[in-house]
Amino acid sequence: MDKIQPIVTALSQPYWDGCSKGLLRLQYCPECRRHQFYPRILCSSCAHSDLEWVDVTGKGTIASFTIVSRAVSKAYQSPYVIALVDLDEGPRMMSSIVDIADKPVKIGSKVSVAFEQWSEEITMPVFRIL
Amino acid sequence: MSSLRGKTAIVGAADSEIGVVPNMTATELCVQASMRALKDAGLQKNQIDGLITCNSMAQPIMYHAEAIAEYLQIFPRYCISVGTGGSTTFTTVHHAASAIATGMADVILITMADSLRSGLTRERAMLIQSASGHPEYEQPYGPTVPAYYALIGQAHAAKYGTTPEQFASIAVTCRRNAGLNPSAQMQDPISVEDVINSRMIADPLHLLDCSLVSDGGSAIIITSADRAKDFPHRPVYILGVGEGHGHEHISQAKDLTTSSAVESGKRAYEMSGLTAKDIDFAQLYDCFTPTVIVELEDLGFCPKGEGGAFAMSGEIALEGSLPINTHGGMLSHCHPGNPGSMFALTETVFQLRNSLPRARQIVNPEVALVHATGGIMSSHTSLIVGVEED
Repeated sequence: MDKIQPIVTALSQPYWDGCSKGLLRLQYCPECRRHQFYPRILCSSCAHSDLEWVDVTGKGTIASFTIVSRAVSKAYQSPYVIALVDLDEGPRMMSSIVDIADKPVKIGSKVSVAFEQWSEEITMPVFRIL
Repeated sequence: MSSLRGKTAIVGAADSEIGVVPNMTATELCVQASMRALKDAGLQKNQIDGLITCNSMAQPIMYHAEAIAEYLQIFPRYCISVGTGGSTTFTTVHHAASAIATGMADVILITMADSLRSGLTRERAMLIQSASGHPEYEQPYGPTVPAYYALIGQAHAAKYGTTPEQFASIAVTCRRNAGLNPSAQMQDPISVEDVINSRMIADPLHLLDCSLVSDGGSAIIITSADRAKDFPHRPVYILGVGEGHGHEHISQAKDLTTSSAVESGKRAYEMSGLTAKDIDFAQLYDCFTPTVIVELEDLGFCPKGEGGAFAMSGEIALEGSLPINTHGGMLSHCHPGNPGSMFALTETVFQLRNSLPRARQIVNPEVALVHATGGIMSSHTSLIVGVEED
């Protein structure tokens, strides 16, 4: 059984291409100078439609998390962490926290992006505690 | 625009067989609930001119309400399926009240059922439900439905110091009420320790912090306040209703610990002219214990951040100042998915009719608030109902 694969669209291709290269990319609105996640065809703040893709630091803070003991399917090895990460650039994203053996997960912990191969085509951004 | 306050009333209410019902499909449970509600209202099926349903996960039908009308061989002039997750129940009541007030229909049947327990394998049910997450940016990480809600519980604990014991007290309260309800799926008493010692599902949620997986359905009948007086049972008037829609995916929530129940509650209170102090009992959406804590706060029953202490105080017990989930809630009565909060509404109707067995009947209640949330604390609908039109 395979892990759940994201359904990549033409709009989101730059995000996934970035992940394959080890880069976290977000959309950026030059009008209101704001980063945005998830990708959209417009800035959800000012409705500007000509958004740029920019590389970001991949640094952030854990806004909340849970350690999942009962996995969603056999493709997932429990326990694993589901977290909401507030990126330093502003947007919040769901992700996983990896390598938690000697660094306990806490709300407010600083994290940095890492990348994990999900399938031949897909690399997923995950985070490590700094 | 004129207010919907007191314009409509619930005149029929019934539940299907509930719990584990392997010999009936979701459609059959939906039809059974419908026929029982019609009987309760003293109506023939051809006296219904409006039908509202919610789709089933176990037996999805593309045009659900139309298919149920066909099955029943009724030919309504108003027919629609609604889906806002768990808050569907009270969203449909909002739609029905509006449709009656504007003359789109005179007598509306709201009916919904699902068979998550028997109609789906455990694995399939889990995958279908977790698919409420964003397909590209959430689901691939493997979040489960408990995990989404655990994010809220964890954030509430970090911000306000809410404890596992306080979360557990919600489950204990619901189970105690379920013990007085012969139709509840789980009736054996549990303690706070039992909840905390039950298997961890997604930290801080233990097995007993999570609602049940059930089969079942429920139906109500709504008509105008004028007509309502001609029905066999005491009408239950819709005094206030409000919705609040904050996000769909939890990673897009503006706030993890304050929900759009603030807006839905405010709108319902404003329409009804009532406040939290006027509410005799409340049925609060309890898919997981932390949601009830957040709802107690956001609906104004206690100050923000004090939901945990309020839950532990005993005020939410049957003999307290604000009994909640008097039938046992989805934590202990039954939870067949989207129809889950219908049972809170039928229970509310029976409470306000004063028709329940004495052990769980509240003494002469006049006004109740029922609240449901769908998605991951995403869509909220609050409904205030009472025994007097004004």
